[in-house]
Amino acid sequence: MSSLQLKGLTTHGRKPVRLQGVAAIVNRIVEEYRYDKSMLIQVLLRLQKSFGWLPMEMLLEVSKQMEVPLSQVYQIATFYKAFSITPRGRHLIRVCMGTACKVRGSPNILDKIQRTLNIEREQTTPDGRFTLETINCAGCCALGPVVTVDGEYHGNVKTHNVEKILEQYR
Amino acid sequence: MEEIKRIGSPKDLENLRRRLKLKKRTDKPVISICVSTGCAALGSMKVLEAIKAELEKQGLAEAVNVKETGCLGFCEQGPRLSIHPKDICYFKVKPEDAQEIVSKTVVKGEVVERLLYKDPATGKVARRLDEIPFYRHQVRPLLANNERIDPKSIEDYIALGGYEALAKALFKMTPEDVIEEIKRANLRGRGGGGFPTGIKWETTRKAPGHVKYVIVNCDEGDPGAFMDRSLMEGNPHSVLEGLIIGGYAVGAGEGFVYVREEYPLAAENITNAIRQAEEYGLLGENILGSGFNFKVRVHRGAGAFVSGESSALMNAIEGCIGEPRPKYVHTAVKGVWGKPSCLNNVKTWANVPLIILKGAEWFRKIGTEGSSGTAIFSLVGKVNNTGLVEVPMGITLRDLIYKIGGGIKDGKKFKAVQTGGPSGGFIPEQYLDLPVDFDELYKVGSMMGSGGMVVMDEDTCMVDAARFFIDFLLEESCGKCIPCREGLRLLSRILNEICEGKGVEEDITIIEEIAETMRDASLCALGTTAANPVLTSLKYFRDEWDQHLKAKRCPAKACKALINYYIDPEKCQACQLCRRECPTGAIQGGVDQVHWIEQDKCVKCGSCYEACRFNAIVKISGEPIPPPPPKGTKPVRRRGGR
Amino acid sequence: MGLKLRIDDKDVEAMEGETILDAARKLGIEIPTLCYHEGLEPYGACRICSVEIEKNGRKKIVAACCYPAEEGLNVKTRTPRIDRIRRIIIELAAINVGEDLSGKFLELAAEYKADTSRFLHKVKVEPSKCILCGLCVRRCVEACWDSVIGFVGRGVNRRIVMYPEKASVCSTCDHCHGICPTGRITSIGPDPPFPSIYDVLAGRE
Repeated sequence: MSSLQLKGLTTHGRKPVRLQGVAAIVNRIVEEYRYDKSMLIQVLLRLQKSFGWLPMEMLLEVSKQMEVPLSQVYQIATFYKAFSITPRGRHLIRVCMGTACKVRGSPNILDKIQRTLNIEREQTTPDGRFTLETINCAGCCALGPVVTVDGEYHGNVKTHNVEKILEQYR
Repeated sequence: MEEIKRIGSPKDLENLRRRLKLKKRTDKPVISICVSTGCAALGSMKVLEAIKAELEKQGLAEAVNVKETGCLGFCEQGPRLSIHPKDICYFKVKPEDAQEIVSKTVVKGEVVERLLYKDPATGKVARRLDEIPFYRHQVRPLLANNERIDPKSIEDYIALGGYEALAKALFKMTPEDVIEEIKRANLRGRGGGGFPTGIKWETTRKAPGHVKYVIVNCDEGDPGAFMDRSLMEGNPHSVLEGLIIGGYAVGAGEGFVYVREEYPLAAENITNAIRQAEEYGLLGENILGSGFNFKVRVHRGAGAFVSGESSALMNAIEGCIGEPRPKYVHTAVKGVWGKPSCLNNVKTWANVPLIILKGAEWFRKIGTEGSSGTAIFSLVGKVNNTGLVEVPMGITLRDLIYKIGGGIKDGKKFKAVQTGGPSGGFIPEQYLDLPVDFDELYKVGSMMGSGGMVVMDEDTCMVDAARFFIDFLLEESCGKCIPCREGLRLLSRILNEICEGKGVEEDITIIEEIAETMRDASLCALGTTAANPVLTSLKYFRDEWDQHLKAKRCPAKACKALINYYIDPEKCQACQLCRRECPTGAIQGGVDQVHWIEQDKCVKCGSCYEACRFNAIVKISGEPIPPPPPKGTKPVRRRGGR
Repeated sequence: MGLKLRIDDKDVEAMEGETILDAARKLGIEIPTLCYHEGLEPYGACRICSVEIEKNGRKKIVAACCYPAEEGLNVKTRTPRIDRIRRIIIELAAINVGEDLSGKFLELAAEYKADTSRFLHKVKVEPSKCILCGLCVRRCVEACWDSVIGFVGRGVNRRIVMYPEKASVCSTCDHCHGICPTGRITSIGPDPPFPSIYDVLAGRE
């Protein structure tokens, strides 16, 4: 299945984002980067960080305000793992699947999280609480398996303390 | 608040350094706590707060300096706390230890024994870093300062000699002199290729055009590698100084630092370092009064391993998609926006100030004939001591794994070491005495890469390990060219099927054919080197592949589809622990009844195996599963457990 | 002031900036291509133009459409190794194309005796009749900078989508016709024949 396909929450059934708000949000950041086209990826990173995901209305605005082709904006937004063009949950779980973590059992951790939350990777729980993703190396290889939640690092994770970790995030 | 004075000349820099050094000598004792990502993940921020609170409580807040410092590489032992001037080093520090540390060590000068590092083999404790076997064999010109400097303080860096190399380069050397020195030192690119840095700089300098760029590649995407992160987080000025010197040497007026999205602290620290360097006149217009202008911008990645490839990174800096370029023109001649661009790895740049200050001869004395200087490896996997290791090039794999790494964890048997990330290969036991440098690793079918070194033992399946790298690259491939995109898709399918017991003999022929095509015809190095792990695994561990294909057996007992968990009725103590851990209720038995696993309910998660304290659960592969014990079988009571 | 090189044991002179492919055409030597088009920047995606070069005693495989002509270069456009590579590239590309072959792709498959169904039973992929050569996308960008079609996704998820808000120009434009090497785009039928980005994102495609 294509990773572009939405699993869990889909865009239909969701209320469209209010248009005026989006243009202003985008403009604040685009202006900060002085409409510099080479800063397209940086602009999208900022929008992703502050808004949590990149709805289509936002991408249309970026294309318009920065004067870059819409196709280029979407190509970048779908190429990089940092961007989510579908809504994410309140908390972002990232399980590191790098070599060192894998050798220490991160696939089992991923399994446990998937079973506990009843979702697969790149899916969001129906109540909107968690989105589960994997990353290819968090850079904490001596502490594997590593799981980050909302950017908070958890090292030496064992299957039996997964639930305790998740409980911290409502 | 200290007055920030713009340093207008090398003399001013010298004076500032003297003042700072004097201040340090008459200064208070220092508690340095690592706040880099590794220790922070283990709670060092809470330790920091506890120490500060304790000092406050004991009225020592003014008398003792608390420094937030960088990564020393022994992350598994974190959080790390050092106390100077005695250089006492504590590990695995918890917030609750704060009271004892302050009362005993800071006030009375006594050590808290239980916080010292204890060698598991000899039982000896070590007070200082250099007494620890992990560190004793290391030579650490690049990483040593991480203990002493607060990465957020430019003055810490200056006090230790920072920017002296820049002053020397700008005022006592011509750009050509600088390039000559780098060439004489035989500094080779630490990003993986090992290309002679001096020649790259020279090519950039000689390339036609007035606008040129220098770039720091901090995209460290190799899974298992984190040395660039440590350097960038712990000592960003060392990289920045190298970059400015490089800019001067090649004739560039602007530099970029490309930091991957997954390293927020590294990005924060280098951004901060740039700002401070600008304030101090070490960056910007008329640096140190030399007339040289140079500015630096930070550019963040967005989560794509392939964008760490030189030409892809340059595309990303332009705001275009981070795919590699198909052209055969060196980026040193035509790089960002078609201008000559010199890209080097973080570690390469960090070596530059040392070479300029201490000289090419000093650098050449370390390492081997073909590879001078030190290498930083990320030694991870099944060794006792994991972490970052900085050693002279030419050290043997055996010394790295056994002397520094402390040998294989849990007394298991060494099987292979994987170097060079997804582009590298597996190195088997017969090459343990290989001196590690760029050329030697190529000879055995692997490569240095960015420095990742993953140690594998008898429980690692070499087919599964090859599959891991292929699956990693499958996800990271940009997908533009046919050999890489479709080749990886096919290889992944085949390898996954072999690990599921569905492989056929013909698969090996297909793998070899695809590997050859990918190696010869892919657009970039991701594709051309993608098959290295598979090919070295086949070359050195063919027996495991044959067992997977013919006997549907996984000798390492790792491939889920080919193993079964079985509870030995002779050893089971009926403690029910495994029954509670089992997510699918597959384990039957009761309070005084030996447990057994219902195989068709078992999902092979391994939770029971991890939980059992009596070694009663075993993994079997390629053998018939013994039938469950008769109902009502009582356990054979034994003493002790794990 | 030409660059003198040898292709298949024949001498040829090329100008600065020309590629091996350009030089070969001067000699009338056919090097197969799928993603190359004279009016567009070389893309380097199909790799079927791979040839063997020898420089300073070392042999290397390079893409002829991108590699610049050099003084003293020795090029071989057909060797057993090259033929094998081309055959496998076609067999690999066929994974995405499926069983319904046509156009230039079919011709090359016949010439290099490729077994195009060789890997189809190993990897089950929804046949798309597309090898992602990018010719249509590049032509569209050339025609209207804010292009109607474009690439999205990475790796095996890479595909071409259409942006409906830009598609009004298509009624008077046929820039993407006549260049598709697999017959995915024909001059009849849906225009352009790619799903809308919004359908793809919503999982409808």
